[in-house]
Order: sequence, then structure tokens, then C-alpha cells
Amino acid sequence: MENSGEHSSVKTVSGQNIVITNVETIPGKRIVEHFGLVSGSTIRAKHIGRDLMASLKNIVGGELKGYTQLLSESRDQATRRMVRQAVDLGANAVVNVRFSTSSVAQGAAELYAYGTAVRVE
Amino acid sequence: MNDLILILALTALGYFAGTWAEKRHYRSIREREKQLLHIPAITMKDIPYPNGEIRSSRLVEGSAVISIDYFKRLLAGLRNIFGGTIISYESLLDRARREALLRMKESAPDAAVIINVRIETSAIGKYSAKRNIGCIEALAYGTAIELNKQ
Repeated sequence: MENSGEHSSVKTVSGQNIVITNVETIPGKRIVEHFGLVSGSTIRAKHIGRDLMASLKNIVGGELKGYTQLLSESRDQATRRMVRQAVDLGANAVVNVRFSTSSVAQGAAELYAYGTAVRVE
Repeated sequence: MNDLILILALTALGYFAGTWAEKRHYRSIREREKQLLHIPAITMKDIPYPNGEIRSSRLVEGSAVISIDYFKRLLAGLRNIFGGTIISYESLLDRARREALLRMKESAPDAAVIINVRIETSAIGKYSAKRNIGCIEALAYGTAIELNKQ
């Protein structure tokens, strides 16, 4: 994620700037077209090394950095998939984005991101 | 007998190391919260600035996975028998949420305000191995608003 000094912040996918917010609008801009729901998800399992470290860390408590990193990487991937869907529809922004996490199987978690693809001026 | 010794050792280790780590974590949380006071994180969607002043907006997020120590897990297990408030878990959730909020703010150092902040908590690795691992993820996300420089 980078910030081009111009207008609004960016998530660059194939050279296009996509603005993502979790409110109904892009503040300061006007929505001209709605494309409906877009979503992206990913299911990740922890690998054994991390699991082992985590169970050791569980004795003394504290942050499990491996898991934090794993989950934020997966969430990034889910977001990227959502953005790709939006780009395919011809949108240039995704508004009202929500995240959710659910554990589908032992040791695996699903990260899900969804929002509304729109075109702003 | 050996098992008992092992459990006692783990409990002692969990108690001392866990308490020390928690105190250190809380100290760092309080310090960073003071430093980041200039970025208000609000749960409302209204932006307290006129449209013309807004330079950009973007989604920001922060997350933390925190686990509980062996001693506290034992305490919580005992609590489960009698019921009541599980104080040892309160600090776990509190730490995770505050850490997530701080990381969210740290990822938007130039923001004037972060609106529509949502905090989500989920238990991960809950059924990992045989034991019930008290390990939770807190995620904080919101829309960071940056203003034109005056």
C-alpha cells in the first residue's frame, strides 16, 4: 500500500488505483455507479513449525507473532481478491467493506472480506 | 508424580513469566496510547470536516493475536466450576483490543481522524491439539481521513 500525493489513497492493482473505505461513501467524492457486492476469501492453515512455537508460547502467554502475521497476510490476500473482482466489474472504489473470520476446520481459519463496488467521479 | 511436578513447574513458569510479560506489554500500550492521542478513532460515520478539506481516505487495519499463560488458563478452568467473572481472561481481551487499535493508528500516522472504527474478536486455534488454547485475535479497522495541509 502506498500513498500517491494526489487524490485519495491507493491500493494498486495492475496500475489502477482502487480506494477502499468502510463507510458508505468515499469522503469528499460522489458515487456515480453501483456494481453490487464483491467479496474475497481465503482459507489458511498454520504450518507445523508455527503451531509448535505457538504451543510453547502458550505456556508463558503473550503475543503469537507468527499467527498475527499469518492472519494479516491472509486478510491482505482476501482483500486483494475482492479488489480484483471490483476491477473486473469496472469499479474504481470499494465502499462499506467488512471483514469476518471463522474457523472452518481444526487449525484452519477463513478470512473473508466483502464490500460494495462503486464508481466514483 | 512426574506429571504433577511438570504441571507445577509450568504453572510457576506461566505465573512469573506471564505476569512480567503482561506488565511490560501494558506499559508499552499506555505509552503508545499517549503518543497517538492526536489521532482520534471514532465509531461514527460522520466526518467532522467539510468535503473540500479532505485529501484522501483509505481503509486501515491493525490486528494482534494474544494468548494467555498457563497459570491463568488453570485459574479460568477452576472458575468454570463455580462460575463468575473470569478476571484473568479480561486482561487478555483488553490487551488484544488495545494493541489492535494502536496498530491501526500506527498504520495511519498522517490521518486527522479515523472514522467508523469496528473491532472484531475471534478465537482462533481453539481446538488446537488436545488442550483448549485461550488464544484470540482482535482486529480493528476503520477509514482514515487525511486532510489538505493548511
